Amino acid sequence: MIDPKTQIRSFIEQNFLVAANTELKDDDSLLQLQIVDSTGFLELIHFIEDSFDVKVADEEMVPENLETIDNIAQFVSRKRGA
Amino acid sequence: MARLPELDYEAEADGICARLREITLTSLRRRGLVVAMSGGIDSSVCAALAVRALGKEKVFGLLLPERDSSSSSSKLGRMLAEHLGVQYTLHNISSTLAAIGCYSALDEVLRRVLPEFGAGWKFKLAISESMAGRIGITRIVAEDPSGNRHEQRLSAPDYLQIVAATNFKQRVRKTLEYFHADRLNYAVVGTPNRLEYDQGFFVKNGDGSADVKPIAHLYKTQVYAMARHLGLPDPITSTTPTTDTFSLAQGQDEFYFGLPYPQMDLALWHFNEGLSAAELARELGCDEATAARKYESIRAKRRTTAYLHAAPMLVVPVTEIA
Repeated sequence: MIDPKTQIRSFIEQNFLVAANTELKDDDSLLQLQIVDSTGFLELIHFIEDSFDVKVADEEMVPENLETIDNIAQFVSRKRGA
Repeated sequence: MARLPELDYEAEADGICARLREITLTSLRRRGLVVAMSGGIDSSVCAALAVRALGKEKVFGLLLPERDSSSSSSKLGRMLAEHLGVQYTLHNISSTLAAIGCYSALDEVLRRVLPEFGAGWKFKLAISESMAGRIGITRIVAEDPSGNRHEQRLSAPDYLQIVAATNFKQRVRKTLEYFHADRLNYAVVGTPNRLEYDQGFFVKNGDGSADVKPIAHLYKTQVYAMARHLGLPDPITSTTPTTDTFSLAQGQDEFYFGLPYPQMDLALWHFNEGLSAAELARELGCDEATAARKYESIRAKRRTTAYLHAAPMLVVPVTEIA
């Protein structure tokens, strides 16, 4: 089974970095690097809910949970462990 | 609360009208101007400036309501046309929108997201903005016939389909504006204010399309002041800005800007003047981190809407054509 962080990275690379040719680190900010815009976050949340069978509540849509690949992986891990 | 620097509205109107005459008659070589009048403050000020620039005989007004328009839009549009003394026509675009699939595309999403949605329901989009520290996420807000509210977050495909469907409204309107412009040999006026123009709050090839945009440099507060200076009727100068796109009234602030327009004006003005987030925070009465997030939101909207401003891009430049 592919680990969540690899799945998240793969989704972001396939959907948001197609033309950017950017080397994305696990702690790079998707917001500050302008990789994901507001429509992109809708797609990202849909991906998280669909792939990891979790529900993302409105109050959880904060940069601390979604800003970097590390943040998203930790968030998913907390949600699944909860 | 601090205000934007006061303009000399008489001089400003003179300056705009001189340029509007020059652009219409010399640059565009058209004989007059077509203005779609929604009854809102921006199109009302544009129509009044067009009349001041060219005379009422050279301005043609259009009222273009559809199924979801507020009933006050046509009433205010008609009031303005009669106040200005311009020729105008009312063309309800509902049947065109139905034929092109606008409403069926909307209904398809609405029934998927809110299965109980049906006759007598109203809806709008709302965005939870980043002022609260959250990532802005679009939600659908519906009201059933008994007045109960239903809210649901949208998936990306559903959100995009709603936007694509409602964009038909602005694009069908623009098609009619150009029909009348072609018929009369007139140019088409675009009516964005500075907030809308700067932050990309328009539909590409819809309300974003025009030959001349007379008030794109004016902040919304200044547009209201100009309306009062030009003596427009009170019901028009006291309107609250809405998008008039969804069946449930939708404020521009809740959907797009995240702040009521007087504060949004201040935020954009501070940003444009190179003033710090701390200075903006003092004016808005918020903390510095919130003001800094607002600055970032302004930058982000400029980035994500650059595509709306862009003319078609050529793969190889054709240097003979400017």
